[in-house]
Amino acid sequence: MTSLPPPSKVKLGLVIDLDTCVGCQACVVNCKEWNSPGYGAPLADSDPYGTKPSGAWLNRVHSFEATDHDNTSRVVHFPKSCLHCEDAPCVTVCPTGASYKRGEDGIVLVNEDACIGCGLCAWACPYGAREMDPVEGVMKKCTLCVDRIYNSHLAEEDRIPACVRTCPTSARHFGDLGDPNSAVSQLVKARGGFDLMPEQATKPVNKYLPPRDRPHIDADKSDAVDLLQMAKSATPNGFWKWLDSMLDRLGE
Amino acid sequence: MRPAASLIIFTTLSGLGFGLAAVIGTGLLKATSAQWAIIHGFVSLGFIGVGIIASTWHLGHPERAWRALSQWRSSWLSREGVLAGAVVMLLVIYVADQIYSGTVNAWLGGGLGAGLALLSLATIFATAMIYASLKPIPLWHHPLTPVNFVLWAIAGGLLLAATLNTWQGTTHSLPPLALITLLIATTSKIAWWQSPRKHNSTPETATGLGKLGKIKMIIPPHTEENWLQHEMGFQIARKHRNRLRPIALILATALPITLIITAPHSAISLTLATILHIIGVTTERWLFFAEAKHSVMLYYK
Repeated sequence: MTSLPPPSKVKLGLVIDLDTCVGCQACVVNCKEWNSPGYGAPLADSDPYGTKPSGAWLNRVHSFEATDHDNTSRVVHFPKSCLHCEDAPCVTVCPTGASYKRGEDGIVLVNEDACIGCGLCAWACPYGAREMDPVEGVMKKCTLCVDRIYNSHLAEEDRIPACVRTCPTSARHFGDLGDPNSAVSQLVKARGGFDLMPEQATKPVNKYLPPRDRPHIDADKSDAVDLLQMAKSATPNGFWKWLDSMLDRLGE
Repeated sequence: MRPAASLIIFTTLSGLGFGLAAVIGTGLLKATSAQWAIIHGFVSLGFIGVGIIASTWHLGHPERAWRALSQWRSSWLSREGVLAGAVVMLLVIYVADQIYSGTVNAWLGGGLGAGLALLSLATIFATAMIYASLKPIPLWHHPLTPVNFVLWAIAGGLLLAATLNTWQGTTHSLPPLALITLLIATTSKIAWWQSPRKHNSTPETATGLGKLGKIKMIIPPHTEENWLQHEMGFQIARKHRNRLRPIALILATALPITLIITAPHSAISLTLATILHIIGVTTERWLFFAEAKHSVMLYYK
């Protein structure tokens, strides 16, 4: 059924900290790793070792440069995956009912057996969260690792999405954003978490935490170390100076 | 957006076929005999059929296409499928009725014809709404989008009907009607092109990092072009837009109108006009897809 369910009480999703993400791509790789043999059809690649490799990925990390008016810039690494929107436009456009949002926890999924691979849901998503599988011909998207988070065969600490589990800087957090007292909701509140493209009115569940302000450094007044002086003082003296000059005299 | 051949052929040809079905339904195209009734039906069904078959090429799983009829409550694509099926059924009944009763205005004709005409137009409207309902593509997300699709289909349908009329040897008021609707469709299309569209999403809103300044992608998320860029990052049309727009309108409207005025009752002239019109609308449709920008590309700027 591609009509959206009434808003669920539980809203499972991710909170991504743009301050701590270092753009290492570990989440991208672990996502691919888990989902290739995991949920549904394998997450395929075409020509992976050839000259024109391509493939479906559920999570990608872009790196942006933000330049402000006084021409100072900073780099922000930016992981992007499905935001499991409350008003998911990808769900309502689906002609077959393959694309759906779960009423119990708000996860947006694709029933791959019913997907005709028309691609309309990918057009309807403003974020580019869905990619066509080049081999299977069905639409692929982040499942929020639905086959991990409820999986009692896994150790308790592994029952979180693969990207969250692997992040070495803890830039990714998983939890119930429908519960105002959950750790993720508290984090969003404390750090001023925001939505991507709020003007598209999709009401994303996933939130992003802004990079923290950097301390301002005044180059003139600072007590920064003098690199030139350090280099000079590193030149040899005493016995080593004598040895250095003797060896120089021997020629090349 | 990538101008997929399947979708261009589909929207152009099935649009024309539904347009002709609508004209048949209104009774403006009167078959002189049962044979001609069959021919009219076949021409309409042929265009619709080729279009629908073409539309399944781009599917990853065409064998599951029947599933697309199920979600008419929420999906315009599904609605279009259901309506198209209804039109095909009504058209077959309408033609069969003419063959059996041997006349055009049989007892069934009136209501059935009106239904056929309305459903045909509704199908084209539903096709257009698939595109017009997509918010991430501002060029398409415009009230004139469905108006254009419907007008081109009516104009094409009238032109095709006028052509069929000349072949069956009846003179009729269809050529002037075709001429007028071609002009209206062209005006509407020009208005659609001219009306300003603003992407209210920017790289700053897409990343939410506007407070930090201007946002520019410095490292893409992969080494090669990915499916999203292939599907939604088409560039060539924007480069040739100013040349292609007049070419499309000359082929779709100006040349057919010239032919209609010079020889409105010549079968050769109107057939040529129809062929030129189809090439013109194909160009217009190619531009429709190729010119459209999707918000996902803001992440690649």
